[in-house]
Order: sequence, then structure tokens, then C-alpha cells
Amino acid sequence: MTTATEPFDVAKVKADFPILQQEVKGRPIVFLDSAASSQKPRAVIDAMSEYYETINANVHRGVYEIAEKATNALEAARLRIGRFIGAPKPETEVLFTKNATEALNLVAQSWGRANLGPGDAVLLTQLEHHANIVPWFQLAAEKGFEVRWIPLTADAQLDLSEIDTLLDGVKLLGLTAMSNVAGTITPIAELTAKAHAAGALVCLDACQYVPHLPTRLDELGVDFAAFSGHKMLGPTGVGVLWGREELLEAMPPWLGGGGMILNVTLDGFLPAALPAKFEAGTPPIAEIIGLAAAVDYLDALGMEAVREHEVSITAYAMRTLTERFGDTLTIHGPAEPAMRGGVLSLALEGVHPHDLSQVLDEHAVCVRPGHHCAKPLMQVLGVGATARASFYVYNDDADVDALADALADAASFFSF
Amino acid sequence: MPGLEDLYREIILDHYRNPRNRGELDAPPATRTEGFNPLCGDEIVVYLDLDDAGVVQDIRIGGQGCSISQSSASMMSAAVKGKTVAEVAALTQAFKAMMSIHESSLGEDGEDGGTAADMPVEAPEGVRLGDLEALRGVVKFPVRIKCATLAWNTLAQGIEDAQQA
Repeated sequence: MTTATEPFDVAKVKADFPILQQEVKGRPIVFLDSAASSQKPRAVIDAMSEYYETINANVHRGVYEIAEKATNALEAARLRIGRFIGAPKPETEVLFTKNATEALNLVAQSWGRANLGPGDAVLLTQLEHHANIVPWFQLAAEKGFEVRWIPLTADAQLDLSEIDTLLDGVKLLGLTAMSNVAGTITPIAELTAKAHAAGALVCLDACQYVPHLPTRLDELGVDFAAFSGHKMLGPTGVGVLWGREELLEAMPPWLGGGGMILNVTLDGFLPAALPAKFEAGTPPIAEIIGLAAAVDYLDALGMEAVREHEVSITAYAMRTLTERFGDTLTIHGPAEPAMRGGVLSLALEGVHPHDLSQVLDEHAVCVRPGHHCAKPLMQVLGVGATARASFYVYNDDADVDALADALADAASFFSF
Repeated sequence: MPGLEDLYREIILDHYRNPRNRGELDAPPATRTEGFNPLCGDEIVVYLDLDDAGVVQDIRIGGQGCSISQSSASMMSAAVKGKTVAEVAALTQAFKAMMSIHESSLGEDGEDGGTAADMPVEAPEGVRLGDLEALRGVVKFPVRIKCATLAWNTLAQGIEDAQQA
């Protein structure tokens, strides 16, 4: 493990990812959809196989040797992942879920159900992913609280001019750390301070942040943070909810079942202590171990270096695409690469994103068309869909050039 | 391996660039029906003027989407104008039959993009698809089938709406 900020060798990194060694349609694959799901290095795949081949057993129950080893591996992973995000008390505050969506639903269904009612408000930003919108709408329909929105500026940054008024009466701010569409990085610490001053908690959707930027939750000051394993080189099937210990202690359990109880009698049950209280049923053990291996891999690269790499490739992409396509190409979101993540939502004049992505597929360039589960944001941007290219540790400038060539092909194919 | 020319036939691009029957009708007396493709965000609005004899007097198309969904809607609007509800139903069935995934029409490594809504539909006899035949290549790109059928599903809903109005 290193904390150095030295740049890493992208070619070497790429060589660690078996899936990126293949050709698609006779061309080397150019994978630009990591914002949806990242690829997995050999180390993650191996860690999961090794678990299945050597210590596979259910956790927290068996007394035999491999069961104990499996339990130890899972709890070590909890501490490892907690350290990676700057969790003050990882042993109790890091909860494993099946994905980030479930983590956000846990906040709504446990904390929200116990704390929100008529006269209250939940404040969301217009950048949010459906996962940090729909759970609040679902609960609001039942509990009768108001859902309000922080509007955006023309370049998809938060418009905070009315923030003090908007925060009046708010009990929770749902905030994305980085937009999965526009790449906008939000002012988390500043907004959290304002929310706290107004008596509101902050629930951070950190899905696009934890994989790409050094994360210190203790310094950001938020109250809850959710992220998923598969967007940060880990496997699907595991997400994380981090919450401040005193909040989690006071919250009722959400899902009930095995593993989350202290005692069950004919009359009722007593919930277990943290973190078990929120982890009913057999957890995704192999996936949690795989996620810890992903965190090891990212730490070896150094998250400062990861961020620098992404700012650099994003700057190169914005420069290249603007030079080659001028006004016929719109890149949504902030113009300054240092203020955004490596997510470029593109609109090419005269070519619908769905058609654009189809032509790109002929070049083995993998991008994603659609609304990216952020339909309110699409409405604000005034588009039905975008074609999104997103970068990660294994992408290099040659991938950007391949994207630009494929875009040029699409432009000429659909030229009027 | 299917190429782009299988998907984007010239007539499709023509309908995309110059969509027929684009616009709105006053509703009422016309009916206004929205259709969504939740996967890609395409939205379509079908305005339908159905007379008492069940004949499509007029149709207009609104909304936005990709070349496949827009050209399919444009060709559909031209094909159903002046037709009876029964003729529209037969044409819809013929179109859906063309859009059905048959394993034989996919390559050996063809993926299964089918859902219940895309299960093979029997083609009715004696129905001519005309220009709509140009969309036949879409079945080789299973994820795009929903783009092609969006307008037709919305029209079917629109006819129900009109008959209940």
C-alpha cells in the first residue's frame, strides 16, 4: 500500500483486467461505461475464488476452523473498507447491503419512517439518481412530508442562492457527492455545515465519489453515506451504508430475520447490536471479500493518483472533443475538469444518443445511452437522454481518441 | 454479424429526418396517449381521431426518441390513416410478428433479448407492411426492438382510449 501521488502506469493497470484483453467486433474493446459498472482486476476475481476454494462457510455461526476464518475475513473486510472511506468506527458503522440502492432505502425505511411526518421536509438536489429520490417519494406518500429540490445552474451545478430558505423545516438533505450524468462534484462539506445549522441530517449518495476520489467521511461531516462495490472494481451484489454510530444505535432495524436478533421468544424479539442489527440473513460473503480486495487494489494505486489520472483524461477528452466537433457536440455539466468527475454526457447534433451508442458499438466503444436513472435531471437539462462516456483507472488517451473517431463516424453516418 | 446498414436503411433515415404526421390534435375530441420506454427515456405521444365507424380519420405523433422509434412512428402514422380499427389491429399484428425474435433469425451467438411482450406473434395473412418492411433488420439488434414497437404499443392503447371515450 502506498500513499504516494505518483502517477501510475495505465498500460500496466489495464493488463490487470482480463476482460479488457479481448477483442469485440475485431477491435480491442474500449470500455467507457464504468459509471454504470466498473471492470474487475484479476486480484478481485482471485480473492473471491480463493474464498470459495478454501474457506467457504456461513459466517457468525460455525465453530469449525473454516467458518471462523470466513467470519474473520468478513470482519477484516469491514474494517478495511471502513478505513478506506475514513469511517471513525468501522466495526459498528459500516453496514453491508446488496447495493447502494438498498442502502438508501434502509435510511428512508428505518431513519425516515421513525423521524419524518406532516410538516417536515426532505430536500433533494436535481442531480439525484432515482435511488435517492424514489425511496423518499414512497415514504412521503405514506407519511405526508414534503419533498423539495435544490435547483441547478445552466452548467449543472447546484444553485445555492436560496439555500437558507430551502433548508427551512428540512429534516434531511439527500445529496449526491458526484452526479452520474453531469459529473458535477457537489460542495459536500459546505452544504453539510449549512444543513446541520438548520437542524437537518445529510444522506450522501457517494456511488460516483468513493471509487474516484480520496474519501474522508469524518472530514466531510455527513451523517449517512451509501456506495456500491461494483462501481469501484469490486463485484456486484454488495453495497455499503455508512452511518454515524449514535444515529444507527437509535434507529429501528429494517429487514428482519436471522442474524439481526439478540433474542427471539414467543412474545417478540430483541434486536442485535450494530452492525448485525441491520444485516439480516446471510451476507454476500464472497462479494464483501472481493470488495476488500478492490479497496486494496485502489489503495495500491493511491486515490490521489486515481483522481489526478481522471482529471487529466477528462481534460484531454474535453479538449479533444471540443476541438474536433466544436458546437455540434454538447458536453453537459461543468466546463472545468477539476470541478467534475470523469463522466461526460454527450449530445451530438442530429444524432440521438441511442443511435450514437449503436454506431459506437460498431467500433467496440462501450458507452451508455439513456436517462441514467436521473429523469428529473434530464427534464432540467431539457433532453430525453444522453450518451455517456465515463473513465476509470484503466482508460487512457488512446481510448479517448477511439471515442472521438467513432463519434466522427456517427456524425458522418447520420449527416443530413 | 449484422452491420449498421441492416439497421439504418435509407427509408428509415428519411422518415427520421422528415417525420410524417408530426404534431398535435385537439384532445378532446381526439385522444392523447403517452408511451414510454423506461430503459432509454424515449417518449411518444399519439393523438388519435377515430370516427364513430371506427375509422382513423387523423393521427399525429409527438414526443422524442431515436431514429428507430421515430421512423417507426412516422411510418405507422402514414400506414394507419384511413384504416378501420380492425385493419389497424391486423397491421399491428403483422408488424409485431416481424419484430418477434425467432432463434433462426439470430446468429448462433444471438443473445436473448426477448421478454413476454416480444414473444413470437403469428403473422396474419394478406397484410402488406409496405415501407414498414424496412424495419425488419431491427430484430438483429434485440435491444432496439422496443424502440420499434413503442409507437405501436402506444397506438393500441390509444385505440382503447378512443373507444372508451
